[in-house]
Amino acid sequence: MDNNKNWIDQRFPLTKVWNEHLAEYYTPRNFNFWYFFGSLAMLVLVMQIVTGIFLTMHFKPDSASAFASVEYIMRDVNWGWLIRYLHSTGASAFFIVIYLHMYRGLLYGSYKSPRELIWILGMILYIALMAEAFMGYVLPWGQMSYWGAQVIISLFGSVPVIGPDLLVWILGDYAVGDPALNRFFSLHVIALPLILVILVFLHIVALHTVGSNNPDGVEIKKNKDKDGIPKDGIPFHPYYSVKDIVGVVVFLMIFSAVVFFAPAMNGYFLEHANFIEANPLKTPDHIAPLWYLTPFYSVLRAIPPMFSSQFPGVVGMFAALLILLALPWLDRSKVKSIRYRSAPYKYALGIFVISFVYLGYLGMQPVTPTNALLARVFTVLYFGFFILMPWFTSIGKTKEVPERVTGK
Amino acid sequence: MKRLLTMTAFVIASLTISFSILASSGTKLDHANTNINDEKSLQNGAQLFMNYCSGCHSISFMRYNRIGKDLNLTNEYVEKNLMFSGNKIGDQVIASMSEKGAKTWFGTTPPDLSLVARSRGTDWIYTYLHSFYKDKSRPFGVNNHILTNAAMPDILWKLKKNQSTEKFDSDVRDITNFLDYVGEPLLN
Amino acid sequence: MSEQTIDLKKRRFLTQATSVVGAVGVTFVAWPFLSTWNPSARAKAAGAPVEVDISKLEEGQLVRVLWRKKPVWIFKRDKTTIKNLRTLDSILTDPNSTETSQQPEYAKNLYRSINPDIAVIVGVCTHLGCSPTYRPELGAADLGGDTWKGGFYCPCHGSKFDLAGRVYAGVPAPTNLVIPPYHFVSESLIQIGVSPAEHEVTPIFKSNKLT
Repeated sequence: MDNNKNWIDQRFPLTKVWNEHLAEYYTPRNFNFWYFFGSLAMLVLVMQIVTGIFLTMHFKPDSASAFASVEYIMRDVNWGWLIRYLHSTGASAFFIVIYLHMYRGLLYGSYKSPRELIWILGMILYIALMAEAFMGYVLPWGQMSYWGAQVIISLFGSVPVIGPDLLVWILGDYAVGDPALNRFFSLHVIALPLILVILVFLHIVALHTVGSNNPDGVEIKKNKDKDGIPKDGIPFHPYYSVKDIVGVVVFLMIFSAVVFFAPAMNGYFLEHANFIEANPLKTPDHIAPLWYLTPFYSVLRAIPPMFSSQFPGVVGMFAALLILLALPWLDRSKVKSIRYRSAPYKYALGIFVISFVYLGYLGMQPVTPTNALLARVFTVLYFGFFILMPWFTSIGKTKEVPERVTGK
Repeated sequence: MKRLLTMTAFVIASLTISFSILASSGTKLDHANTNINDEKSLQNGAQLFMNYCSGCHSISFMRYNRIGKDLNLTNEYVEKNLMFSGNKIGDQVIASMSEKGAKTWFGTTPPDLSLVARSRGTDWIYTYLHSFYKDKSRPFGVNNHILTNAAMPDILWKLKKNQSTEKFDSDVRDITNFLDYVGEPLLN
Repeated sequence: MSEQTIDLKKRRFLTQATSVVGAVGVTFVAWPFLSTWNPSARAKAAGAPVEVDISKLEEGQLVRVLWRKKPVWIFKRDKTTIKNLRTLDSILTDPNSTETSQQPEYAKNLYRSINPDIAVIVGVCTHLGCSPTYRPELGAADLGGDTWKGGFYCPCHGSKFDLAGRVYAGVPAPTNLVIPPYHFVSESLIQIGVSPAEHEVTPIFKSNKLT
């Protein structure tokens, strides 16, 4: 056994990698349940890739047969329905997990120095994931696939000067059709998954360089014993590998319940109109993107056209996304964790969360004057959180951060 | 931690309340009250669908033998009672009317109903089948309350005329139930 | 060898030269790849004109056809509708169709059509590309009640257009709906995609019985 290990270690740093990233990778001992979502996101990514590989074997990326091929998977392929529902539910589960993971970062200041690059890599991952999900949703070629693609791609057509040409270039045609479906398929199954996996790798490399934050926002590397091991650190394996399995089990219980009992989630995970094949002649009476994109869609709708162009709305939508990248530099507070933050920050975070959820809700609703007004108010609040952050993070009285983690 | 949880609960509660106030309801639909586990109802629904609907409407994602298997009917029974067009038992359920014929007679192709229960919902189907009324200006002399200017004639009028309202309602419920099953055969 | 001094200047020059040549190379290689995304010969060829028989078109009725993969509406306006088109100027963004890219020259008139009664409009919202819903009924309560003189309502973002495809002011869509090139092959046959030959253009005011 040892001989085999030596033989490998001389040729590949197996033991070194194992120790550096698992057995001797020290993580704060005070993680709470918010710290499950990173490993859960990895689990969902693997699940999406595996189910995706098998779906690809039966799906036809052709506008004439895509819709029928999905129903073929659902009915004629043995256990095809399970693979398909795992994949479609997995998409929504991915975003639930990622949103909770990001919220954890906000709660405990995980984006603050020295973890800025982890946050930025994570944000790029999030954006890539949105693109991946959007293109995946086009593939079944239902009414929502078609008109969702039409609306989202039309956004690029509003770019001044080059817009119309850009639109045709993206579509490969003068309207959404076979070429668009085909290239989205390619991007969805090859290009973006590859990018996602690479980004996840980089995200973790950056994390393991600086070490994990924790609910107290205390740097455990500041207090080391004589062997150079953080006093508040415990090896990731076996302590957190085992703890994460508990999270995985709970997650899989909830996940399976959705897959088996409510895979369409009453239209939130699989929209009703997407059970009608794409019809370029008629837009469904009510169209909305899937729930995980709706907060940004709301921002888009909230900003009125200016100079007879929709471009400001598009800029606003992308700004709402990209402004998250600046978070590490907008936050001027000396403390990381919500536990020791000043009152103004706590209120601001609360308002931000409400605005984000409300924008998400409004993005699924038809436009009415009340809804439009509300969307504008919450858009202002959303941006206000970031723009005013340098101010409200530098006022108010913060609590004293303890020297060591509290273990609460 | 506790305070965080109470805060979260409060936020969720207030959001739910305000959402439900904001959400406005559309046209009122009757409740179909179907039960997808009621085999008798599904069998009756299948029979009625094949008799009244399948002439014009396909359920092309469904195969005859799958219906037989799921509804506990033998292949012989299915062949004798549910199939009319001389198809094979493993075939998909395709309308006997040609597309060209449909265009001539109805001005449009009747939609495939494989997934209508998933796109429209059972309440809609149930209400739709109940909502025909006399309208001389339409080609077939009828119109529909919830699908204005529907090209479809009131195909169930004979059924409505020849039996009690309760029986008619139950028949429409069975057709709806069958279409619900067809939308997601797994559920049976 | 070891005594030889390193010529840093030369090294820097070589690094820079390699980078520049490499960058140019990458650009040239990228071009064919990016170009594959432009419409293929097949996609370009698919834009053939479409013919529509309107002999059975009733007043108020609307038919949809696909032209260049986009929905095109052909509908017949009745006298009230045609009269109402004159009354809407104040609530429209561009009542006189000044935006030249939105219609051919021969449709730059009050009705935005060759004949006042037959409308031919590309049914694609100028906002984000949805196909608006046909709402011809007068005074629809959900669309502004009495001020609504019939038109189109976009379900995606709430843009409104009148029955000549002109956009209402204060909605997300910035411009009027597009009028495609089309002409009458005969009284009851429209060809979409081809403009009338110049001598064929009958200015609508010549046959202005309706107004």
